[in-house]
Amino acid sequence: MLGTIFLLVIVGGAVLWVVGAYNGLIALKNQVANAFKQIDVQLLRRHDLITNLVETVKGAMQFERDTLEAVISARNQAVKAQGSGSVPAMAAAEQMLTGALGRLFAVVEAYPELKATANVAQLQEELVSTENRVAFARQHYNDVTTQYNTRQAQFPTNLVTGLANATPAELWELEDTAKRALPKVDLGLRATPRA
Amino acid sequence: MSEPVDLFAQQEANRRRTRRLVLLFVLFFAWLGFGGDWILRLATLDAPAAAYHHTVPWGGIGLTLLAIGLAWWTRRTGPESVLAAAGAMELEHPTKAEHVQLFNVVNEMSIAAGIPRPRIHIVPDADPNAFATGFAPEQSHIAVTEGLLALCSRDELQAVIAHEMGHIVNLDVRLMTQLAGLVGAVALVSDGVGRMLRQGARGRVPLRLASRKKGGGLGPLVLVLLVLWIVSWLVAPLVCRMLALGVSRKREFLADAMSAQFTRNPGALASALEKIERAAAPTMSIRQASAHLCIADPLGRRVNLREGRLADLFGTHPPMPLRVARLRAMAYQSLKRAGGVPVPT
Repeated sequence: MLGTIFLLVIVGGAVLWVVGAYNGLIALKNQVANAFKQIDVQLLRRHDLITNLVETVKGAMQFERDTLEAVISARNQAVKAQGSGSVPAMAAAEQMLTGALGRLFAVVEAYPELKATANVAQLQEELVSTENRVAFARQHYNDVTTQYNTRQAQFPTNLVTGLANATPAELWELEDTAKRALPKVDLGLRATPRA
Repeated sequence: MSEPVDLFAQQEANRRRTRRLVLLFVLFFAWLGFGGDWILRLATLDAPAAAYHHTVPWGGIGLTLLAIGLAWWTRRTGPESVLAAAGAMELEHPTKAEHVQLFNVVNEMSIAAGIPRPRIHIVPDADPNAFATGFAPEQSHIAVTEGLLALCSRDELQAVIAHEMGHIVNLDVRLMTQLAGLVGAVALVSDGVGRMLRQGARGRVPLRLASRKKGGGLGPLVLVLLVLWIVSWLVAPLVCRMLALGVSRKREFLADAMSAQFTRNPGALASALEKIERAAAPTMSIRQASAHLCIADPLGRRVNLREGRLADLFGTHPPMPLRVARLRAMAYQSLKRAGGVPVPT
């Protein structure tokens, strides 16, 4: 009798633990998917805003066609990469876009009359915010993904990874450590982007 | 006491300390309520079959229900009354440049924290401060004073908002409301019992104890427990308040570390805190009851600025220099990890 109760308690405890570990993994998995979608949303915002930016500065920057063209082509690349949904491709394309934008901002510094327009000032805040949103969405995705991947590898949760159909998710990594931080969009104050 | 420097280690350390304090609080509360029932049960154990036997712990149940009721009451009237009392105006469609920036910063930080954007409010007060309220991340509010907007750079504002976002993610409003319920229940009962004892000093209560003692009902164990229990009740209001304040301070450190996680820029919060401290005048529009939700003590109490015994026990916020020092340590460490610290040669 006592043995049966003991057995029941152990089996019950094990079942409870499996349920808890399984649900924990699924919750994290959903958080990762959600965080990825958030990056997607912010990238879309970024791509739209860049179209705006190019329209605004185009007139005043006739002599800087190359820089503008680089931004436009980088943006189109990024839009295409976003369509493919592959994390490394997106990370690479976005990083290129960041670089092109940085050069554009450096050039804009040379056009004081352009900087002074209210439109550009407004756009500056929006761009700062957008760059931040992309960076923070990426950071949140990486934080959650790291948590998810760590949980999967840890004993004893790793016993139920198969059950939860959990596989390690890819981190959003930047190739060059110097470019970890997005350039500061600072049309008014500084010429060089903060790396 | 050595402090972990890494921000995640700091978060874990502060969570652990909160858990310990809350556990201590709950145990003390249980002793105050159910402990009394237990003593009464021991005292009535040997009573004759016809006499009263204390079997159901009514005292503990009553005290717990009182605490739940108080917490529920605060919860029902909580966020709205705090915001209304501060005279906060909601910011829905920002037009002014600094409001647009605040709006964007809150959006950025809710992305970093992975929660829906809290509703944003502006308090017309020149003193720099900010607070968060709301019982769930889905229905939370962040309020900042106009003074804060005027004082802080974008990065600093971001760090302050991230600190408030940390409170929201950690469900600190809920935790502190629950603790306030416990503190309130103990204060109410101890107040009432104290009054009753003073009135009954000449009357019934001691008499009944004496008569039972004459009958030999109270053993030495019960007597010792009873004395302990009464002493506990005497110090209970103070002890409970101190425990709640202790939790509050741990949650501030935790929110600072959360801010560091969200912005990855602990230095910005450090410089914002220094600016806020230098401006340390009381924020008139924020009530004392919501002090623990603010970025800095709105009363500008000097006790929060000093380290030492008194500050350790009675501040809603940890001493400012200590908070700044920990943030600077985190900033230094992340700089070192990135290889940016100059090597002395």
